[in-house]
Amino acid sequence: MSSTTDRLVDFDEVLTRYEPVFGLETHVELGTASKMFCGCATTFGAEPNTQTCPTCLGLPGSLPVANAAAIESTIRIGLALGCRIATWARFSRKNYFYPDIPKGFQTTQYDEPMCTAGHLDVEVDGETYRVEIERVHLEEDTGKNLHVGGSTGRIHGADHSLIDYNRAGIPLVEIVTRPIPGAGAKAPEVAKAYVTELREILVALGVSEVRMEQGNLRCDVNTSLAPIGSLEWGTRTETKNVNSLRSVERAVRFEMRRQAAVLDAGGTITQETRHFHEDTGSTSPGRSKEEATDYRYFPEPDLVPVAPDEEWVASLQAALPELPAARRTRLSDEWGISPTEMAWLVNAGAVELVSDTVAAGASPADARKWWLGDLARRANDTGVELGELAVTPKQVAELIGLISAGTINDQLARQALDGVLAGEGDPAAVVEARGLAVMGDSDELVSAVEAAIEGNPDVAEKVRGGKVQAIGALVGAVMKTTRGKADAATVKRMLEERLS
Amino acid sequence: MSDLTTTDAAELGRLLSGGEVSAVEVTRSYLDRIEAEDDAIGAYLHVDGEAALRTAERVDAARAGGTATGPLAGIPLALKDVVVTEGVPTTSGSKILEGWRPPYDATLAARLKNAGTVLLGKTNMDEFAMGSSTENSAYRVTRNPWDHDRIPGGSSGGSSAAVAGGLAPWAIGTDTGGSIRQPAAVTGLVGHKPTYGSVSRYGLIAFSSSLDQAGPMTRTVLDAALLHEAIAGHDPLDSTSIASPVPVLAEAARRGAEGGLSGLRVGVVTELGGEGHTDGYDEGVLARVAEAVALLESLGAEVRHVSCPAFDLALPAYYLIAPSEASSNLARFDGVRYGLRVGDDGDRDLDEVMALTREQGFGPEVKRRIILGTYALSSGYYDAYYGQAQKVRTLITRDFTSAWDDVDVLVSPTSPTVAWPVGARVDDPIAMYAADLCTLPASLAGVPAISVPCGLSEGLPVGFQIMAPALADDRCYKVAAALEAAQDAARGSRFLDQLTARPAGSAA
Repeated sequence: MSSTTDRLVDFDEVLTRYEPVFGLETHVELGTASKMFCGCATTFGAEPNTQTCPTCLGLPGSLPVANAAAIESTIRIGLALGCRIATWARFSRKNYFYPDIPKGFQTTQYDEPMCTAGHLDVEVDGETYRVEIERVHLEEDTGKNLHVGGSTGRIHGADHSLIDYNRAGIPLVEIVTRPIPGAGAKAPEVAKAYVTELREILVALGVSEVRMEQGNLRCDVNTSLAPIGSLEWGTRTETKNVNSLRSVERAVRFEMRRQAAVLDAGGTITQETRHFHEDTGSTSPGRSKEEATDYRYFPEPDLVPVAPDEEWVASLQAALPELPAARRTRLSDEWGISPTEMAWLVNAGAVELVSDTVAAGASPADARKWWLGDLARRANDTGVELGELAVTPKQVAELIGLISAGTINDQLARQALDGVLAGEGDPAAVVEARGLAVMGDSDELVSAVEAAIEGNPDVAEKVRGGKVQAIGALVGAVMKTTRGKADAATVKRMLEERLS
Repeated sequence: MSDLTTTDAAELGRLLSGGEVSAVEVTRSYLDRIEAEDDAIGAYLHVDGEAALRTAERVDAARAGGTATGPLAGIPLALKDVVVTEGVPTTSGSKILEGWRPPYDATLAARLKNAGTVLLGKTNMDEFAMGSSTENSAYRVTRNPWDHDRIPGGSSGGSSAAVAGGLAPWAIGTDTGGSIRQPAAVTGLVGHKPTYGSVSRYGLIAFSSSLDQAGPMTRTVLDAALLHEAIAGHDPLDSTSIASPVPVLAEAARRGAEGGLSGLRVGVVTELGGEGHTDGYDEGVLARVAEAVALLESLGAEVRHVSCPAFDLALPAYYLIAPSEASSNLARFDGVRYGLRVGDDGDRDLDEVMALTREQGFGPEVKRRIILGTYALSSGYYDAYYGQAQKVRTLITRDFTSAWDDVDVLVSPTSPTVAWPVGARVDDPIAMYAADLCTLPASLAGVPAISVPCGLSEGLPVGFQIMAPALADDRCYKVAAALEAAQDAARGSRFLDQLTARPAGSAA
């Protein structure tokens, strides 16, 4: 199954001969309190099979009842993506055998989905790409198989398999794009930007926690290549379970390079499902199917059709929150920053953090400086998302406040931040506890200044002799003995007084 | 006191609330008779006498203690084994569920439990309710109490045999294409298929979801109405359950028994045994049905002949829709979570274990229908089969709708023939399917239909079917009660007394 033997064409070279087309199917687990067709809880990480009932276990005789909150969330997602909301939608059964689907079919939507024909504009390097949304539909998640005893965690080679049905029946919204041509070299980035923007929208709507590491948001990436100038698109592959934003970009990039090599060698692309490997960034063929599965879709007779009332849909539309794109435009204006500067904030996942920091009293410039600077570096060093750092926007605002008030300087602020991140409390408390406040014109500072002059007679002499730049070395010496707590400007003034 | 095992349920209710008999006495008399006779009849798959007596004791204690008990408290009952019962084995007549003890109660089972009824046991049935003779049960053959060499109908044949044979005062059956009405007809019972959506399907092991309905199988029309009322009503656990008040049925039956039907317009369906459509119908059946129609007329009803051309297409449409849904409904029986598992020896992979389990767990008729349904839903065939069948279903519904412009009820034979000999049709599925000819239209249209006895042919019961518009189940009960009362008056006895009066197990 290893894919390391795949021949790859250099990415830039791919684009000299081929035009990529990609598309995405994104599955979003809704954050409803109960499952799609029963009353079971949806809490992540519960003991296996504790959040189950006759319905989500598919016991004989059990019946589904559709979750109204999930239907509402789906319609709100559709509205946020500019979709047409169906006045009549139905659930269908997708029939296939697998142990993680307890009924022998998945209840989903087939030819009568809830939302159709929307779009989402995404921006990459200042250019806007329109991603057409084909459909948004509602279905149920499957259980989770755990294959025990093999080396790969896959069913092949495993001793036995365990199934956790806690996830079975959790509402899942599937958002399907139309094929996206024309992005050229930007295709991988547009794919990533689309998922990023979609995620922002889902956050704004509050319909899902969209934690990719918990599988709340999972992407299948379709990629194909066609010779430049060709009127027909190439055969596509579907790369399953691409579960981070970075991986979306890598998956498209890898498939473009792999497919180009196959086509260059005169081969043809097999329409197939492929697995994405996070470690290598490569894809490999999924379980081969001798023939296409016939899912024998038919309307689910156990559920009545969904017929959303037009007035209700209109009220949902009216109650939509400000969407991320509009919000970014507004915040750029308020903060006085350019679209490019806003794009940096977006890419860093810092828009909300900065906004909350500003709301807590910091200036936009200071808030941006800290989140994109010191905090971004720390997040990067420890390999976490910016929002996962153990510091709140309110604490960052407090820190900035302490700097503005002159209580601490930037260097001390970094030490204070160390304390906050170490769980020592709010910035003011850390400053107090660690004794980080800037020294005033105190005896301690006076003796430090005098010690610096005495300890560096040569330098002192140069300064006295008119080489004013040399004073920097003395300032440094004072800062060193005071462990950064002194205010450099004050130190310089005190030295000048004594050496003039 | 008359024999408690031939007393109708309404009468048992009166005796129980009047303190003339105890629930334990009634229950014990049924258990004794089951013990003595069920080896020969084969009505039950599971009987738990101790549990039944414990329930009866609780009812008696509650009654003695003055605790309010409902009108059904203490009346024994049999449930078709398709009804899921908590802790009580439930197989749907299939080996694939052998030994399964469900962790929950079907809504109707819970309602009957709460009403204080005493569960005698679970009755035999065609596997997954697929059949018209109960011979497709994976467990045992059930005999018709009127003639032990004949079938009791199906798929609710265990329930029909139990009630007709005095092994239960009444029972619950389910009807997908006639599985309450046809067994009721061939055993001399009253059987009603309610309006689709009026009785909860939660906890009925699904055969064909868009058709399945549970209903009463009883000795009298009033009993059927009482039992129906006890299980009817909206259930939030069933999305297809109709949110409307429980219909007033017993009252309709009582009014009907008073006899006057003047103003009632009765439509005799031409396509169901009428002129030009008598092929496959017993002459005796048609004669008894004609007499019943004449009797209704004598009670003041206005009789018309109504043509419903699409009814001719009901059989093929049904045998596409029901197997299609069944092929999907039965997919869950894969050996992974419950029931039978075959071949899990550590060497075979999942697909093999699933295949072996289903190969061994399902009987031939179930496999036949799964294959039919799988084919009908297949890509490329869907429109030609499932899609067309749904269109026919719409046409049948339209025939009913236009009939209701002219008549209040439609009538027909319930089944083209009387009970046939055991084994006679097992090798001829098409002949077996033809037993449902008259009952399928009401199933496909979701309208209520009742079967009520209308005499004997060759010494065997004949059933008369009365169909009414959706949610007008009360009309079925009213007309059936009028017919029953008029026949009882003419005969001087209840219909089933004819069976009690003659030697067991032999046709007249």
